[in-house]
Amino acid sequence: MIDGILAGLYTVMLPTNLMMVVIGCFVGTFIGMLPGLGPISAIALMIPITYGLEPSSGMILMAGVYYGAVFGGSTSSILINAPGCSSTVVTAFDGYPMAQKGQAGKALALAAYSSFTGGTLSAIMLLIAAPALAKVSLSFQSTDYFALMLVGLSAVAAFAGKGQVLKAWMMTILGLILATVGIDKGIGVPRFTFGLTDLLDGFSFLLLAMATFALGETLMGILKPADTSATEQSSITDLGSMKVTKEEFKELAPVSIRSSILGFFVGVLPGAGATIAAFLSYGLERNIAPKDKREEFGKGSMRGLVAPESANNAASSGSFVPLLTLGIPGSGTTAIMLGALISYGVQPGPRLYIDNPEIFWSVIISMYVGNIVLMVLNLPLIPYISKLLAVPRTVLLPMIIFFSITGVYLVSFNTMDVFIMIAVAVIAIFLRLASFPLAPLLLGFILGGLMEENLRRSLMLSDGSLSFLWERPITLGFSLTAVLVIVAPILLTLFNKYRNRPLKMQESN
Amino acid sequence: MLNNIKKCLSYSIIAASIATLSTTALAADLAELHFIIPGGAGGGWDMTARGTGDVLMKEDLVDQVSFQNLSGGGGGKAIAHLIETAERQEDTLMVNSTPIVIRSLSGIFPNSFRDLTPVASTIADFGAMVVAADSKYTDWQQVVADFKKDPKAVKIGGGSARGSMDHLVAAAVFKGEGFDPRQVRYIAYDAGGKAMAGLLSGETPILSTGLGEVLEMSKSGLVRILAITAPERLAAAPNVPTLTEMGNETVFANWRGFFAAPGASKEKLAAWDKAFTAMYKTDQWATVRDRNGWIDNYKADQDFYKFLEEQEEQMGDLMRELGFL
Repeated sequence: MIDGILAGLYTVMLPTNLMMVVIGCFVGTFIGMLPGLGPISAIALMIPITYGLEPSSGMILMAGVYYGAVFGGSTSSILINAPGCSSTVVTAFDGYPMAQKGQAGKALALAAYSSFTGGTLSAIMLLIAAPALAKVSLSFQSTDYFALMLVGLSAVAAFAGKGQVLKAWMMTILGLILATVGIDKGIGVPRFTFGLTDLLDGFSFLLLAMATFALGETLMGILKPADTSATEQSSITDLGSMKVTKEEFKELAPVSIRSSILGFFVGVLPGAGATIAAFLSYGLERNIAPKDKREEFGKGSMRGLVAPESANNAASSGSFVPLLTLGIPGSGTTAIMLGALISYGVQPGPRLYIDNPEIFWSVIISMYVGNIVLMVLNLPLIPYISKLLAVPRTVLLPMIIFFSITGVYLVSFNTMDVFIMIAVAVIAIFLRLASFPLAPLLLGFILGGLMEENLRRSLMLSDGSLSFLWERPITLGFSLTAVLVIVAPILLTLFNKYRNRPLKMQESN
Repeated sequence: MLNNIKKCLSYSIIAASIATLSTTALAADLAELHFIIPGGAGGGWDMTARGTGDVLMKEDLVDQVSFQNLSGGGGGKAIAHLIETAERQEDTLMVNSTPIVIRSLSGIFPNSFRDLTPVASTIADFGAMVVAADSKYTDWQQVVADFKKDPKAVKIGGGSARGSMDHLVAAAVFKGEGFDPRQVRYIAYDAGGKAMAGLLSGETPILSTGLGEVLEMSKSGLVRILAITAPERLAAAPNVPTLTEMGNETVFANWRGFFAAPGASKEKLAAWDKAFTAMYKTDQWATVRDRNGWIDNYKADQDFYKFLEEQEEQMGDLMRELGFL
């Protein structure tokens, strides 16, 4: 294995391959920054270029584009609330409020540091244990995925403001309902499509996120012009400031490390992915944060930004485990990379790191280099990019609308998607005016589809019996966690009420 | 009078075909070819179109090749687009495969292959019944014996919904063993990769998939192929037994091929036929084909149309029996 790692290191250090890392990161970051265009679009663009390259160089380039795009995707999430790709949707929850408070530079810097931590930590984990991690990829069965999604859903309260828990649940259920539209993945029957071909594939997650967040926010900005005066007051130097104090660093480092590890393992699972990882780490951090910090979530919490940013980068590196060691793509992006590997005549699988050690290890080591390149590329740019917010609103708002709509169109090349997006944005405005939180809608939507599919599969596998809930230890553990997360706050309130009651009686006496 | 017209027509057709023959003979290659891919990048359709287009261009059979991914509606979006813009699509080929037959039968989209011009099927993949390397099954007869004892105990995974190809192939295979295909317990996954993860994690004992997807994996010792639905053993996989040699007459080929817009001209069809025929002889094609585990299966024009009709009948009968129609 050491020989392989050295061969990989040698391959990465070849000038052409170092150049591939830089080009990949550069192209990835820029495509990722464009709202809607994420790693899939970026890699699809690079495929014709990679045809003529050596397999290692091609893979290094594509890997660079991949994590570069995830890295860059956070920029548009933070600055204009329009997620660059689906895995950076959660980044917008707290990144955008931070930018609105005049801390755009700081938010971007934190996102960069967290991405770096996530990317580097997972590259180290890959280096130490990639072949062994294949077992982790295969340790999850449908029932475990179902229970994991339950845990994710139980964190709904994390996505709701104070006193909004009921509304948050209502929006989650709306999200679950929206997830049922389209051809049913179990029995292949169209559901709620009203005979429209365009609804057969269901709604796209990115479209919903763009419509509810970017478009919704912009249209609200037009409806309530006085609301954002705070941004205009904050001076341009403030926007670009990237200072993170020592105390903040001490507070955020454990958050980032925890989220990186969580994100990495979720990424290793072929049935989950970076978007799920971001949602889960956000929910986890909100639940374990001290009470005063917890209330900041959704209003510009630094923890709420660092957690998903570390997790999504770690997860995208983690997704290389099933790809390289088993030949199983966990996401659309890794499916394209699998196709590219096969067209090079390289078959990923348990023999890859034995037969082609230079490819296997060079991809992993290039991630380490790539993360440094991304930092060097991005940090100096932050003060300039963040000044985008200093652009007059009359120019900025139409620009956001333009980029959001073209972004959604360029993913599917379907004009119907643009109309659906506008319709969703209009509905989202009414929901916003009635102060319904929209993040739980996205949570319900992204988890709903996976949850239904895995539950159904579990039921078919157990011939309709519910015994799967307690037969597998992983499932049982997750299910209990979910129940605990939901029930604990209720019990705690009841307990506090019970304890306070005698005191009150004494007082009244 | 009528006879005269007929004569006239047949002469003109002959004349026209002679004319086209001579023009195609003069112009050695096609000027341009545009591929519509009804699915996303990296999928089977995408790889087929890009692999074919790449070889055609590198071998100078076509000067300019372009690709367009147009996903949506299980492929229906691309079909509708090709029909709507037929006049502008003279140099366009859409890649497709067996699902176009199945999905038009089940009504996912309103059109069928009859609304397009079938150009040619170029490659085929056979159905494969696969188990994990550490499975208790070492040959197909053990699976059949277990199914006979308790059909519920033999669960079969696949990378698509119930009623789609992986399920129909599994149902056909067990029907060929003399069982009721409705007793097959099919577990649907939403992608081939996830179905493979389900097999390797021990969730489903057997996987129904395409040979091309698992041939390399079986060589690296991750999975074992118990049987394939080819009519005879394949040169690419000489050690993999076919169902026919075990007395199960089920033969199924998942073809991949190309369609043109409705009303494509005879000249074009002839030119495409020529380009594909020439392509098969190149080393470049042999490399791409073997890498992807494809098997040459060239049927052009009328042969292809007839094959599609036969497959529609085979699939239709099975879907009716299973209660999907």
